[in-house]
Amino acid sequence: MNSTTVFIPRDSGALSLGAERVAVALMVEANRRRLDLTIVRNGSRGLYWLEPMIEVATPQGRIAYGPVAAEDVALLLDADFLHGGDHRLRLGPPEDIPYLRKQERLTFARVGVIDPLSLEDYRAHGGYQGLTRAVSMKPEEIVEELVLSGLRGRGGAGFPAGIKWRTTLQAASEQKYIVCNADEGDSGTFSDRMIMEGDPLVLLEGMTIAALAVGATRGFIYLRSEYPHALRTLSEAIALAERAGYLGNDVCGSGKAFRIDVRVGAGAYICGEETAMLESLEGKRGMVRFKPPLPAIAGLFGRPTVVNNVITLATVPTILERGGNFYKGYGMGRSLGTLPIQLAGNVKRPGLIEKAMGVTLRELVYDFGGGTASGRPLRAVQVGGPLGAYFPESMLDLPLDYETLAAKGGLVGHGGIVVFDDTVDMARQARYAMEFCALESCGKCTPCRIGSTRGVEVIDRLIAARDGEKQRAVALLRDLCDTMTAGSLCALGGLTPLPVTSALRHFPEDFGLPATAWQER
Amino acid sequence: MVILRRVQDALGWVPRGAVPVIADIVNLSRAEVHGVVSFYHDFRPEPPGRTVVRLCRAESCQAAGGEALADHVQNRLGLKFGQTTRDGSFTLEAVYCLGNCACSPAAVIGDELIGRLTPDRFDQIIASAERVRR
Repeated sequence: MNSTTVFIPRDSGALSLGAERVAVALMVEANRRRLDLTIVRNGSRGLYWLEPMIEVATPQGRIAYGPVAAEDVALLLDADFLHGGDHRLRLGPPEDIPYLRKQERLTFARVGVIDPLSLEDYRAHGGYQGLTRAVSMKPEEIVEELVLSGLRGRGGAGFPAGIKWRTTLQAASEQKYIVCNADEGDSGTFSDRMIMEGDPLVLLEGMTIAALAVGATRGFIYLRSEYPHALRTLSEAIALAERAGYLGNDVCGSGKAFRIDVRVGAGAYICGEETAMLESLEGKRGMVRFKPPLPAIAGLFGRPTVVNNVITLATVPTILERGGNFYKGYGMGRSLGTLPIQLAGNVKRPGLIEKAMGVTLRELVYDFGGGTASGRPLRAVQVGGPLGAYFPESMLDLPLDYETLAAKGGLVGHGGIVVFDDTVDMARQARYAMEFCALESCGKCTPCRIGSTRGVEVIDRLIAARDGEKQRAVALLRDLCDTMTAGSLCALGGLTPLPVTSALRHFPEDFGLPATAWQER
Repeated sequence: MVILRRVQDALGWVPRGAVPVIADIVNLSRAEVHGVVSFYHDFRPEPPGRTVVRLCRAESCQAAGGEALADHVQNRLGLKFGQTTRDGSFTLEAVYCLGNCACSPAAVIGDELIGRLTPDRFDQIIASAERVRR
């Protein structure tokens, strides 16, 4: 009999729910029963309420079971799950689970499907076709393909990636760098981690294409220290790619050299800001730099540097393989392509949802997410991480689109959505936003360094104030937020007012204020 | 940064005495190296307890009952965030996002990442850490 293949995720999220114990239990039990099986440690499909979700390869395709605990393993074997047998944890073919079926997975096409550390598996699922095409193209042609795709930086700023590359390509220098921002610090986001743990080769391929496009020979992945599992998969993937000639002195026979190193951060949210990251990579305190000069012209060690987020770079191979026009066919307005959205917080079905941009918050939170996990009414969602706005349930019909959210005082950010039920105290959330900024400010500019601390104090005063004094505190807070927005060097100080003002605008009652207290000027 | 990272990973903290040595190697002033050490949350100025509990306090975990869990954890260990027990067995630290937000609330206890942490589960893990030690 041929060996049966069982997939058990190595994704941190699945591990945090006991996937390792499930794998060990299955090995022990299979040994005892003299069963011949191969365990593949795949990434996560992103259906986290079903994790640890294991899959078995049958002649009819893969069959999923979940959430599986180590104690379930013997019973699953009794139910002949190795042949897709029936069991109360049986979910059927994973592709048929509505949460996955309704998605449009381009960047995440392979995550959860393949063995992340198998070059054969990667290539069998379309891997390295983008790079193969890029090797035969001129640098200008690669850049123009990316410009055509309309891909915007998925880290949060949403700057057109192709324009950035063009700037670096046109900058004259003997040494250029590619820096991958893997300092995924926003609460409610984990898509970078899922790629690095579930399909690390796609990130390396994307960085290599970027290197060919702009003429860089060195690449760095700046990884946050909270991701030890991602560090392991990335390091192994780099070794694999080097051995196979996808990285090294002669990338795919192109005659061009490109090497990638991983650098681990040390727990500083600000290092997700691109210039602070460059400082940190140079071994210094993560202090934000003045711009200009743009990193694309004078970045790491003063050399032209492309700084892109993990998702941006991991999307590049698809664009090169299938063309900019194909990618641009997804999305709406100036927000083109797909966005890996991360649903978290108080939600029944948290996970990763890759959809064409323009999907509404309501579809995501209810159709996919199934509403709150607590079963209580939904009160607010925060979109785009700790610097993103809080929206009330009445605004859930907003589409996830850079321009629409910006017009409503919010942002797409890195695509994280955190759901809150009606027990949330929005005044406390507003206070937390200022507190977080105070904790993580690099201290370079005054509005952020001092403003955030004063912000906590003013919000405390506002909450405690009696009726007559409330309006004065509101005026002061508004002033402070204006100063931070206009006067901060980077997005931390500049955007911290977003969660604060959105909480005041949409939930004034939590501050003891009348509905009209926060009128737009 | 790379050197400091190694010191931190090997020892669990960055002793004051390491600063002049590192400064010498990389040809920087002690003040510059100290500046880097003090900037990053990961570099601890003092040795931590034998088991470090790092509890996520960011939004996603707040929304999923993280605040009540934080109260429970502080009571159980008899520590506030940033403190170490007198016998050196536990250190409690706050972290802001472990990237495990789909399994909130999350914590790292020792080296292990734990998702969907509840007060009961926390007590079990701590009790078994205490048993192992005895």
